Amino acid sequence: MAEEAKTQEKTPQALPPLVSRVPVKTKEMLDLLLADRGVTYYEEMKKFPVDTAAFKKTLAASCKSRIRTWLKICAHCGMCADTCFFYLANDRDPKQVPSYKIQSTLGEIVKRNGDVDTEFMMNCMDTAWGKCTCCNRCGQFCPHGIDMGVMFGYTRGLCFSQGFVPHEMKIGSGMHWLYNAQMDITVDDFTETCAWMAEENEDDWPGLNIPVDKPNADIMYTINAREVKHYPEDIAEAAILFHLTGENWTVPSKGWESTSLAMFAGDWACCKQQVEWVYEAMERLKPNRMVCTECGHMHRATITEGPYWAGLPSGNTPVPSLHYVEWVLEVLENGKLKLDPAKKIKEPVTLQDPCNYVRNAGLSDVTRKIMGYIAEDFREMQPNRELNFCCGGGGGMNGIGRYRKERNIGLKVKRDQILATGAKFVVSACHNCWDAIRDLEEVYKIGIKWSFLKPILIKQAIVPDHLKPKEEGTDE
Amino acid sequence: MGAIYEFVSGPLALISFAVFFIGCIYKVIWYVKGLDWRLDRVAYSTQRSLGIKGAIRSLYHWLLPLNQTTANHPIFMGATYLFHLCLIVAPIFLVAHVVLIEESWNISWVTIPDPIPDYMAMVVIAAGVFFLLRRLTNPDVKIITDGSDYLVLAIALAPFITGILAYNQIFDNQLMTILHILAGEIMLVAIPFTKLSHFVLFFCSRIQLGMDYGIKRGGVHGRGIAW
Repeated sequence: MAEEAKTQEKTPQALPPLVSRVPVKTKEMLDLLLADRGVTYYEEMKKFPVDTAAFKKTLAASCKSRIRTWLKICAHCGMCADTCFFYLANDRDPKQVPSYKIQSTLGEIVKRNGDVDTEFMMNCMDTAWGKCTCCNRCGQFCPHGIDMGVMFGYTRGLCFSQGFVPHEMKIGSGMHWLYNAQMDITVDDFTETCAWMAEENEDDWPGLNIPVDKPNADIMYTINAREVKHYPEDIAEAAILFHLTGENWTVPSKGWESTSLAMFAGDWACCKQQVEWVYEAMERLKPNRMVCTECGHMHRATITEGPYWAGLPSGNTPVPSLHYVEWVLEVLENGKLKLDPAKKIKEPVTLQDPCNYVRNAGLSDVTRKIMGYIAEDFREMQPNRELNFCCGGGGGMNGIGRYRKERNIGLKVKRDQILATGAKFVVSACHNCWDAIRDLEEVYKIGIKWSFLKPILIKQAIVPDHLKPKEEGTDE
Repeated sequence: MGAIYEFVSGPLALISFAVFFIGCIYKVIWYVKGLDWRLDRVAYSTQRSLGIKGAIRSLYHWLLPLNQTTANHPIFMGATYLFHLCLIVAPIFLVAHVVLIEESWNISWVTIPDPIPDYMAMVVIAAGVFFLLRRLTNPDVKIITDGSDYLVLAIALAPFITGILAYNQIFDNQLMTILHILAGEIMLVAIPFTKLSHFVLFFCSRIQLGMDYGIKRGGVHGRGIAW
């Protein structure tokens, strides 16, 4: 290692190029990219050629009648303009009209059959990741049923295959290739964190346990790598709630991560590998069902889109899969989790509808019923449910340094939506929305708080006596 | 002039109708054959009943003005619905057209009494002019407008402009009638080859997105897209 470092120091020109058409599959490459922080990366990209022959092949194989029809029959009516939060946040800039964004990128690529240059591809990248979060809102308003979010997802795949992908997204998919997780968290890191969290909370919750790889459990619980890396208490809270409700649950050692930055990156081969890892855990442990944590794109990747990447003709996951909010409503309704009505949130509270499991999976009723259990003064954002605006940080936007300025401008729409409710407390059962709202507060300082559901539920839960820690001196 | 009239109203009309029908059928077949459950990520065939439900929902909300876009933009969408309604209904149920078809092929159907189709043609033109002005002035529309948008608008309006002139005997009637027939034939032939293919592809696209939402995105939870 030391020798290697020395040779690298001596001959920096011998470093492999950072931009390439292939995914990152080695630790060395990943480290180089991480160390670069995007500086050399984007400089290199400006000189990176487009492989037009490969582009033509990819288009012939993947751009079929659905997308060609969408591009062709767009009536250029402009009805999509004011449906896009970027358009609204950028003072109704015509360059932010969804139809313009897709016609000037994918539309041109298809028209010219891939015969485009580097500068064009960099603009495609800046549009596909910097001006669209693939929230799919505009598609709901198009009279012709043209879903520009779907087309930008496809465009991202084309950009990725040509090497024109934001630095952090390239790293993100590389992480999935190497670790089967969006961050450099190994299976051991994960299981050790579980053990640590169980131990840490044992005093307050006697008998608390995080069962790893327990076969035939009712619930297999999967999470987001950032919980291991940044918020291990989230894992503890999930365990406490499963413990409180007496669920028969487990976490898989292999297959614990069900997010997919590969989806945001447009690395379809990696998406397949990632979901298959989770599905293998389902096959191995044979749970009745899977529950994923409070994350939106995780639900989109592993439950909504994943079966297609894995080639499952039913379009369904190997075992029925639920978003965390669905499980929460289930235990609230069947009485396994009892909340103290006196502890309901008294102040006005609003709810962020994440695009990925509301607009794109229909769970808007579920979260509203939960709000009925936990809040006295619940206030809807306008618009809401399927018509809600993206938090402003979806589709990987939160994590891409190159588009931080654009992201912060986009946040204005969510800021104004929240302010209009009069509530200073936002419930957000999605990691991405949670981050966006946190950053929104940091940038615009509107004096709000935000929370996942888990801490709220634990705070309000009625703990049965037998689960309470024994008082000192009463030990037998 | 008589020979030209015979030609445009005879063989050319037949050819135009043939190109129109065959072209439209070809477009639909091309569309359906190009659908791919893995690429589109929609389980079209294994989740058929959810798909059909989603498709019907999608068509219902958009063939009728029962959608968010109409609520948000009532003037534009109102003009669009009227434009399409009159554009389809007037030529199909016009007495003169039905008589011509009866003379040639011995089939006929109900008609709308004159001069209602004449008024409907005026609605088509008025809406078309509104679309044109909007294209020229609205910055959001201007930026996405290209030559083909003006061309298809002209193709769509020409039969109605010439039709009104012919019906009301303005200018030379025989010339106007020939121009009117030609304009109609150009429109028929243009449908499969231009953006006007939305004549059939609108249905394909709406059904596809309806199935996508019905099967995958929300339909399974009893909620479709909030059209």
